[in-house]
Amino acid sequence: MSSEPTFLTERPREGPEDDLERDLHTEHQILNMGPSHPATHGTVKFTVELDGETVVDLDVAVGYLHRGFEKECEAGTWYQAIPYTDRLNYNSSILSNLGYCMAVEKLLGLETPERCQWLRVMSSELSRVADHLTRCGAACLEMQAMTPFIYGIEARELVWDLCEMLCGARLTSNYIRIGGVKHGMPKDFARTARANIATIRTLLADFDKVVTRNRIFVDRLKGTGILSKEECIRYAVTGPLLRAAGVPLDVRKAEPYLVYDQIDFDVPIGEVGDNYDRYLVCVEEMHQSLRIVEQCLERLEDLGDGPVNVDDPRVRWPAKGRVFNHMEELIQQFKAVTEGPRVPAGEGYLAIESANGELGFYLVSDGSAVPWKVRCRPPSLINLAPLPLMVRGALLADIIPTFDFVNMIGGECDR
Amino acid sequence: MEDHGSAALGRLLAAMPEAIQATHADLGDATALVDPAAVVEVLRFLRDDADCEFEMLTDLCAVDYLGETPRFEVVYHLYSVTKNHRLRVKARVAEDPCEIATACDLWPSANWMEREVWDLYGIRFTGHPELKRLLLYEDFEGHPLRKDYPKERRQPLVGPRN
Repeated sequence: MSSEPTFLTERPREGPEDDLERDLHTEHQILNMGPSHPATHGTVKFTVELDGETVVDLDVAVGYLHRGFEKECEAGTWYQAIPYTDRLNYNSSILSNLGYCMAVEKLLGLETPERCQWLRVMSSELSRVADHLTRCGAACLEMQAMTPFIYGIEARELVWDLCEMLCGARLTSNYIRIGGVKHGMPKDFARTARANIATIRTLLADFDKVVTRNRIFVDRLKGTGILSKEECIRYAVTGPLLRAAGVPLDVRKAEPYLVYDQIDFDVPIGEVGDNYDRYLVCVEEMHQSLRIVEQCLERLEDLGDGPVNVDDPRVRWPAKGRVFNHMEELIQQFKAVTEGPRVPAGEGYLAIESANGELGFYLVSDGSAVPWKVRCRPPSLINLAPLPLMVRGALLADIIPTFDFVNMIGGECDR
Repeated sequence: MEDHGSAALGRLLAAMPEAIQATHADLGDATALVDPAAVVEVLRFLRDDADCEFEMLTDLCAVDYLGETPRFEVVYHLYSVTKNHRLRVKARVAEDPCEIATACDLWPSANWMEREVWDLYGIRFTGHPELKRLLLYEDFEGHPLRKDYPKERRQPLVGPRN
């Protein structure tokens, strides 16, 4: 017998090591993700160009929730725009109310009473906690973890219980008024708030135990979705995303409004600007917000009962009892409801720190009772624009946590 | 024209007086109305000058002053992170040709905001890398934030397209 056939010995060895080196023919694949994808909270469509599982490029299409916010505002009175602002960022509607009302007050030249300012700070910090809880909880849910989501939502329910006590609504608060707020603090509010804050802290501790050092979360969050300090600034990214990249910019500290200059709180920052830093920044901001709420409660208890609206005939609504019995007040009420305040002609831009970053309102008035222009600077939209930068070269699965921590809220992004 | 106590406005007036048409600081917002042909140069100066250092184009929007000529106004809100000051720059845009130069080369944040203004006002930003609608769909007719676009106007429903 001759030896083995030659072709067997000459044939190259085929093992898994050789497979790795072999140049396979691949081509880029286009994948449509959304507009209604189960792993994105928000209606947005991504067109992803994939090389295997690696993202080569990403195109973001927004606008699915566009309802013509600005056009609607230009058709009603200055008051009638407030409920629309609830529907901008519906996780923290009080913050949107506040931004708009403070911008109108800037045009009117109004200074609100101290009690009102503390109430505004307290309610906006509660909103911030609700927003961050949604962001962190939903991010876990979209990474297939139900338990931390439930902890987060349970804590958010407690925040919304407090909102309900304050203004009667949980989600679409419509709480802030031009020149004041809807109601003062109800009787039992301070006690309930302290009890709820204690429970929220316990839930945050549970959340922390399940998530912060969990190997799966750390692996999926650390080093993904990085956006450097310089890129953040070039793209006008603000809020927790910018702070996670190491820039301690917070409108509450940089240009203090309301009574933030009298409040003791810290601005947490991250180091590299990845999703893990964003998570840590959000969690720390919640703790800081709870601290602010406690300081507000203390101050509000010292201030006691009293007016929570500015006493300016242009925006003040007369007391109900007098409306029924006096002609003057009846006329004033009628004018206030049907026409609303006339705002002096001019333009003004006012920015507040919302849960997602700088929420600005640029208003133009022609001196009439109807706004000429209501521009909302939506932090969600502007923070979403550099998303392709954050995920280029990453795995397809990294889009999910990155998009979660960008926290695009459709109502605010698309208006 | 005066600087109204704003250091950035003062620097701008000293460096490019011919490009500035008006200034004001109503309600504490320092504002410069600039020549639309020079708007990119003005913005570049404001970004690069050591005393201004506006690294951030916070907001870009438009206003329709129907009945005035020029009809539109493009409004830029600038913010300096290091200096913590703000400036508003405005430029008027005529109805025809309804265009102004893009600021995308200066700040990438202008990309989406200019697309939004094109979408809702129909102001064309020349030199923009990809000027297409942002919030509305391609088949939408008209630009809805123009004052002469009726609020009640309906648009045909179009199906999804991939």
